[in-house]
Amino acid sequence: MTRPPRALVILAALAASFFAVPLAALALRAPWASLPEVLTTEVVGSALRISLISSLAASALSAVLGLPLAWVLARVPFPGRSVLRALVTLPLVLPPVVGGVALLLALGRLGLVGGALESLFGVTLFGTLPGVIVAETFVAMPFLVLTVEGALKGLDPRYEDAAATLGASRGLVFWRVTLPLAAPSVAAGAVLAWARALGEFGATITFAGNLPGETQTMPIAVYTALLRDVDAAIVLSLVLVAVSLLVLVTLRERWTPQA
Amino acid sequence: MSLEAQVVARAGSLALDVDVRAAAGQTVVLVGPNGAGKTTLLRVLAGLLPLAEGRVTLDDEVLEDPAARRRLPPERRSVGFVFQDYVLFPHLSVLDNVAFGLRARGRAKDEARKQARQWLERMGLAAYAAERPRVLSGGQAQRVALARALATRPRMLLLDEPLAALDAGARAEVRRELKSSLGRFDGVRLVVTHDPVEAMALADRVVVLEDGKVVQEGTPADLSARPRSSYIAELVGLNLWRGQGLGDRVRLDSGGEMLVSHAPMGEIYASVHPRAVALYRSRVEGSPRNVWRGRISGVESDAGRVRVRVEGSIPVVAEVTPAAVAELSLIEGQEIWVSIKATEVSVYPA
Repeated sequence: MTRPPRALVILAALAASFFAVPLAALALRAPWASLPEVLTTEVVGSALRISLISSLAASALSAVLGLPLAWVLARVPFPGRSVLRALVTLPLVLPPVVGGVALLLALGRLGLVGGALESLFGVTLFGTLPGVIVAETFVAMPFLVLTVEGALKGLDPRYEDAAATLGASRGLVFWRVTLPLAAPSVAAGAVLAWARALGEFGATITFAGNLPGETQTMPIAVYTALLRDVDAAIVLSLVLVAVSLLVLVTLRERWTPQA
Repeated sequence: MSLEAQVVARAGSLALDVDVRAAAGQTVVLVGPNGAGKTTLLRVLAGLLPLAEGRVTLDDEVLEDPAARRRLPPERRSVGFVFQDYVLFPHLSVLDNVAFGLRARGRAKDEARKQARQWLERMGLAAYAAERPRVLSGGQAQRVALARALATRPRMLLLDEPLAALDAGARAEVRRELKSSLGRFDGVRLVVTHDPVEAMALADRVVVLEDGKVVQEGTPADLSARPRSSYIAELVGLNLWRGQGLGDRVRLDSGGEMLVSHAPMGEIYASVHPRAVALYRSRVEGSPRNVWRGRISGVESDAGRVRVRVEGSIPVVAEVTPAAVAELSLIEGQEIWVSIKATEVSVYPA
């Protein structure tokens, strides 16, 4: 093996510590003794509950809506497909707060369809849990769509052909063949979407607000706590770190090539 | 029962334009080089690719007729398809793979599984019913694919390169099994292959496709006796030339002339078995024969026979014994005299 250039090693070490030091700081500053106490306070409890419910719902909603969208993108050739794909990808790069503003203009009380939503169905999204779910789905669904679309494109289309020659209608082919074969990717996409939803801050606080017990998710609680009670912020952050590590371990075979 | 198909279809750069007929109880083998349109034809017949023009009927049922705006989708055709590499569903057990078609056609789960189990027993694979397809050997996977296709009792069975996924050792055995399985199926049987041995072994009738067109069809015996394309000549191992018949000789399109015992006037094919091509170190005289000088461009041995490729005014392949190779020191680059007796050249109209 050749000796790596010293400058590269120094920069690489700098980069590594850039990731390591903040996490270490979090662990070192954590009030370990009062951890159970902080974790069981009302604010933390409700933030945890709201985060879990909303992120799981956002992940499920992403799967229910995103799977058909991924299938259309992968299998149906139509003009404007690349434009649609770009549209789906946009929330990945869009600042979430901008997504929140856009959602507000569309689904808010005075928004494009928000008014109709409220007068016809009595659904209010601002300041409610459904609003949190909508905001999180907006930023999370692209992860699922792109993951599943890639998997569907990689699937040998002859599995579907074989099912058709055996007498399966197109619907049956989808349920009995396409979906089961794509299931691992749907699961991976759902986990990615869930992780993204769990960490969502900008779109959520903009679109659904910051009401403890109603729309205050973990990340929003961290931010709010930081202004008053640093220890609570650290504990909440540690919970999120633990969840992220869990996701990383779950998906390690997809993300890290086994060297 | 029979298939009548006039197929005009496009797939990528391939323009398929063929007319295929097959009677029930007869195995028709489609052979041809890669890209000739064999698989495309099967896909059209199964309804997986649309017909641009033409008409496909199976037992008087019109499967597809673009002029009449009729097109049965694949799931409503009575067609069994065995794909290349078999394409067994990896997420289903072997039993459920075979039961899939019956389930898709509305049979109750228990009933479908019962029938699927009978198919597996018939194929000698009952022990694998609960396994996933990935544990199967190539030959076993092929039998499962066949059982899956036959379980719905189709009127036509399409097999795409059924033996290509197998290693050479297993192929002969699986081919015998396949032939007897095909023999028990009384519908229309169409097999695609690029392997001449497979084609000759399985076929009642062979249809040769090249570049989207039928170039020859007939029994395996017809084809081996009178090939009409260089592809078939190579398949059956004959030297083949096309040319003009001139009574006692043939003017070859590729250049040169050849003495024959009799050639009708007009477009003809001339073929010579490599065994009838003799090689000498020096020029030979004798009964009417064709003699020319060439250079050896390749020597291949296979099962006790040696095939020697000779480039020259007329390129030719000779089959000699290993002893002759040593005696004449036949090596690549060697100059050699080629001799073919006029009576050994078989001539037939193009």
